[in-house]
Amino acid sequence: MNTKSLRFKIVDAFYIAMMILPIVFGIVLQVLTDPASEGITITGAKIFFEIPMPLQNFLITEAQVNSVIALTVIFFFCLFITHGLSEKIELKRQHFAEMIVEKVDGLVNENMGSYFSAYSPFIIAIMALSAVSSLLSLFGLFPPTSDINIVAGWAILVFILITYYKMKCGPIHYLKSFTEPVAFLTPLNVISEVATPISMAFRHYGNVLSGSVISALLCSALAGLSASLLSWLPGFLADMPILQVGIPAVLSIYLDVFSGLLQAFIFAMLTMLYIAGGFPAEEYEKRKARKRVEYKN
Amino acid sequence: MELAIGIILGCCALGAGMAMIAGIGPGIGEGNAVAKACEAIGRQPESKGAVTTTMLMGCAVAETTGLYALVIAILLIFVAPNILVDILVETISKL
Repeated sequence: MNTKSLRFKIVDAFYIAMMILPIVFGIVLQVLTDPASEGITITGAKIFFEIPMPLQNFLITEAQVNSVIALTVIFFFCLFITHGLSEKIELKRQHFAEMIVEKVDGLVNENMGSYFSAYSPFIIAIMALSAVSSLLSLFGLFPPTSDINIVAGWAILVFILITYYKMKCGPIHYLKSFTEPVAFLTPLNVISEVATPISMAFRHYGNVLSGSVISALLCSALAGLSASLLSWLPGFLADMPILQVGIPAVLSIYLDVFSGLLQAFIFAMLTMLYIAGGFPAEEYEKRKARKRVEYKN
Repeated sequence: MELAIGIILGCCALGAGMAMIAGIGPGIGEGNAVAKACEAIGRQPESKGAVTTTMLMGCAVAETTGLYALVIAILLIFVAPNILVDILVETISKL
């Protein structure tokens, strides 16, 4: 493919536009639906509309819309960095794409073993979705990860995978694993099994939510401080919350960028550890060997 | 009626404050983790990357109990008062 041709450049521009447009759409939606408010308000996700369903109304909330925005951004970003791949590297973005793939393959092989090496696309998908969702708060959008429903969905998905790999040696072996090391610890084992998705969901959700709560509190505190300190200034200067400029951004580097990326990494890391840890590798090998012998006979 | 609502709001605020006592635990735990990580880096500066990654993982896991308390406190401040006042009004209107 000729990377200098006009057609290539038009497709590139289309991908870049499709990365930016969803975020612009989200900001426009936010501005249109958010009434101007006085002071601080800490609310959950806004509900845009409801679809009537037999059991319970299906709510389309801000969190869902924003996570679709994050999905679109990631999708077109992937298309963009893999656009124009070739054996002989012509574009700089190919180095970036290869670096991501190599890093994730290395991470998955290191933490999960070679049996799970096909898991790297899933791991990077969950990592990218979590990171981009948290980073949406940099644009003033509602981060979907500060809604428990979104994160709990991911945690339940991971829980299903964990249970699937625990059941690899048959349901009887799975149920027997609850009575170890002693039989009377069974209730505790069941509780700790159920606690896995709950703690994963709450860890991610609590971190992002606490970040946004602390930023909102700090903004209101700075507004009050500048109102009381600078009220002697003449004219409109007295009403302007000058201290609000810049200072929240410094805190936002930690609360939004660092915390969001760290939580994405930790969620992916725990996913890997739980899935690989739940798989009874030795038992599975024994079972496979026994089956092979039976098959030969 | 006003007194009852006042008691509900006050108790919710007190409960939220008490729930955040749980923040002590993760604070001490993470402090210990970072102190040990600093020692380890001081002993073996070449293993800085691995130690830092492991420490951040451990810190994030240790933070979970504090975050449970945070979630309870946020529920007590923003969600519980409305529900409890609604229940109170309903009960009084039934009498």
